[in-house]
Amino acid sequence: MDSAIANPQADHDAAEHEHEHVFVPQHRHHFATEEQQREAGSFGMWLFLLTEIMFFGGLFFAYLLYRNWYYDAFVAASNQLSIPLGASNTAILITSGFFMALAVWAAEVRKKALLVVFLIFTTLFGLAFLGIKYVEYHEKWEKHHIPGASFDASEFINPSAYGLKENPLPPDVAQKTQMFFFLYFAMTGMHALHMIIGIGLLVWLLARAQRGDFTQGYVAPIENFGLYWHFVDIVWLYLFPLLYLINRHPLAH
Amino acid sequence: MAHEVEQEQHFHDPSNVTNPEHASHHIVSPAQYALVFAALLTGTALTVVAANIDLGVLNPIIALGIACTKAIIVILFFMHVKYQSHLIKTTVAAGFFMFLVLITMTLSDYISRAWGLW
Repeated sequence: MDSAIANPQADHDAAEHEHEHVFVPQHRHHFATEEQQREAGSFGMWLFLLTEIMFFGGLFFAYLLYRNWYYDAFVAASNQLSIPLGASNTAILITSGFFMALAVWAAEVRKKALLVVFLIFTTLFGLAFLGIKYVEYHEKWEKHHIPGASFDASEFINPSAYGLKENPLPPDVAQKTQMFFFLYFAMTGMHALHMIIGIGLLVWLLARAQRGDFTQGYVAPIENFGLYWHFVDIVWLYLFPLLYLINRHPLAH
Repeated sequence: MAHEVEQEQHFHDPSNVTNPEHASHHIVSPAQYALVFAALLTGTALTVVAANIDLGVLNPIIALGIACTKAIIVILFFMHVKYQSHLIKTTVAAGFFMFLVLITMTLSDYISRAWGLW
């Protein structure tokens, strides 16, 4: 082992020759093969995503429960959301995810220019999503539909005065719409935060992709980020129907 | 570096994961991704159409059914789970199963709390 300390490269070369191993720079010595390293990376990423499922799952569960408790308030509040905006955002996010999937492919087949282009499109569609989300949040701000001291429930108490066809709610029930908006902001806000973090990571990955880091056979960062980005997509695939769609035809009771 | 020269001379390169000889690492083609993309957009259109039809108690069930279908498509193809090892597949399945267990147990608690008091 003295020789390894004195000249680690020579020792490494000897070992490599003996085992017919090929040295690739990203291969860490504690993994037997590059494939094992890659699987360990995916496994770790999935474990992280499972904790994310539990995290968002808690919010989804709260939504399920409160929607049962304050059904009328949830129906009235949910129907104030814009389906065209929500549906366009769903399509935009799916498109972003599609470009992310293509980016993984570009890294795998070692096409640097394509990888960079696809990552740029992924980022742009992500930003477009956040832009529409801003428009939606801004509308809620203007209508005083953000839960708290300045919340205004009058639209739900007297909907006809606002040109709405919803059933009027008694004032105490109308106050419960705050619970819907609280969950709406908590869920879409946490989702948007994940997107903002994702876009930050995308900028970093873009710089590295431009440098050629991921088109020499080392695709793990692109692949694992792709898993994260698609996971955030999936959360929205549930948020859209649950928040925007399922209350359009309330049950009579 | 000497390594790079050596790497090029190797016909089979076992530590190169993007080597097409590697059967275990499947590269999903852009055509497949395009199909998945089309399916997801169709699902989105379907769920909006379904929401505009009064189907009573079926409305949320259909909406969630479509959402689950879309999520499964994303997991299998965009997230490559269909082409992963048993370890990864089992991990993913175990996570979702655990989530369902937690939902069921918490719901059964809330449902049974006030049992007989209404």
